[in-house]
Formats: sequence, C-alpha cells, structure tokens
Amino acid sequence: MSVVLDGVFWLLAVVSVASGIAVFRVDSMARATYALAVSFVAVGAMLLLLNLEYIGVITILMMVMEMAIMGIFMIMFMGMNPALMPMSMVHNKVGSLVLAVGVFVVLAGGALLIDWPDRRGAPAGDLTRSLGEAIMGSKMLVMLTVSPLLFATLVAALVLANPRGRYDRFGDDLRAGTPSGPAREGDDS
Amino acid sequence: MTLDTVLVVAAGLFSVGVYGALSQQVVVMVMMGLELMLNGVILAAAGLWWFLAPAPDGQVLLLVVIAAMTVEMAMGFAVATLLNRSRQSDMTDMATDLSG
Repeated sequence: MSVVLDGVFWLLAVVSVASGIAVFRVDSMARATYALAVSFVAVGAMLLLLNLEYIGVITILMMVMEMAIMGIFMIMFMGMNPALMPMSMVHNKVGSLVLAVGVFVVLAGGALLIDWPDRRGAPAGDLTRSLGEAIMGSKMLVMLTVSPLLFATLVAALVLANPRGRYDRFGDDLRAGTPSGPAREGDDS
Repeated sequence: MTLDTVLVVAAGLFSVGVYGALSQQVVVMVMMGLELMLNGVILAAAGLWWFLAPAPDGQVLLLVVIAAMTVEMAMGFAVATLLNRSRQSDMTDMATDLSG
C-alpha cells in the first residue's frame, strides 16, 4: 500500500512542479491559468494523501474558482483573446532564474540536511472535526483576527478599484455642498 | 513519502514562484508567481504538521495561509484594476514611479 502511495505522491509532485513551471513557459495567459489550476489541484491531492481531507478539498475548490476569476480578469485587462495571443513579457530573466535556483538550493538543502526530530503526538481520529473544534476553541483568536482582516481587504479592494470616491464627488476638501455624482451614462469625469 | 521529499517538492514550487514573481511584467502573472510560492508554503506546512507534530490545532496554520492567498488575490486584482484605469496598462514596468 505504501508503495502505491509513494507512487501517487511522486506523480502528483511531478505534475505540480511541472505545471508550475508551465505557468511561465506557455505562450498564452489562458494556458498559464489552467497550468496553475492543475498545480493547485495536485497540491490539494497531496494534502489528501497527508490525511488533510478538509484543507485539501477547500484548496482544490478555492483555487479552481480563483483561477476562473483570474481568467476573467486577464481577458478584461488584456483586451484580447488570451488563448490565441502568444506572449513573452518578462524582465531580468537570467537574474530571476539565478535567484530562483539559489532559493531552491538553500531550501532543499535545508530540508535534506536538517536532522528532523521524531514525530510528537498522534493525529486525532477525525481530523476535520478536530480542526473545527480548534477553530471554535483554543484557536478562536486566529479566526477572530482573520475575519476583520478579510473585511478590511474587501473595503480596501473596493476603495482601490472604485473609479471615484468622496473626494472626487465633494471636492478635495469635501466642501462641495452637493455631490457631482452619481455617475450617469456618458459621464466619464 | 517522507518529510524530506515533501519539503523538497515544496521548495521546488516555491522557487518556481520566486522566478515568476521576479521575472514577469504583467501584474496578473506576478500574482501567479506569488500564488505558486504560497502553494509551496501550504505543502511544506502540511508536511511539517503531519510528520512532526500532528496536533489537531496545527491545521489552523494552513487555514491562515489559505486566507493570506485570498487576501493577496483580492488586493492584487484591485491594484490591477487601479493600474489599468490610471495607466491603461497591466504591466509592472509602467508603474515604477509613485506619482499619479
């Protein structure tokens, strides 16, 4: 059984890294998005091999959705059919490659050379249930911190992406009595 | 499947992400590089958790990394939208100055 698991792990490992490399090698953004989605699915499946059912499944579901949204944004910003347009938009390719290889050597060297300690403790019988209990119990502070962070992200993203805010409508010092908006059709101010 | 092999694969994913984040010019492609780096972090954290200390609450760290990914995507798209609106461009090289 462990031989089969090892085989599946190595297959997923090769798929995840190869599709990660493909993200920056393929000649269209649509293909790059699909390649990244494949990489995420492979990592999600590796999490399943580590018995992390819940985290593995949400990684797969979230990332597939995220890549779909990414595809929409690409089409929106690039103003073309991204599946048909070859592209090579890189800068400092050699420097980046050298740094990436250096990072890999340091990280992989550390992983292989460090004398890792023995396993401490045993996993809970039902890992998903134990995660839920941790979130609602001893690690509730983490979730209480993540929640306002996500809300702040929503607000910040809206403020950044909004074409005009209160200063555009009420003047730089907010002294304009009536707003110059709301935006109407054909009004591009 | 051992801790070493999981960490080496995670290091590979992280390094590919580093290359992408540093070399790509399009904002969305830079974000893809960052996502790949976080992908490696998730795998490494899962491996460390499973092989060293599989306590129940260790999984919460993975949830935090996934939340960080979500925040990165949302802010990245917002910045890409802003850049597209103000410069009619989606390239990082067009946004090298801080003046509007």
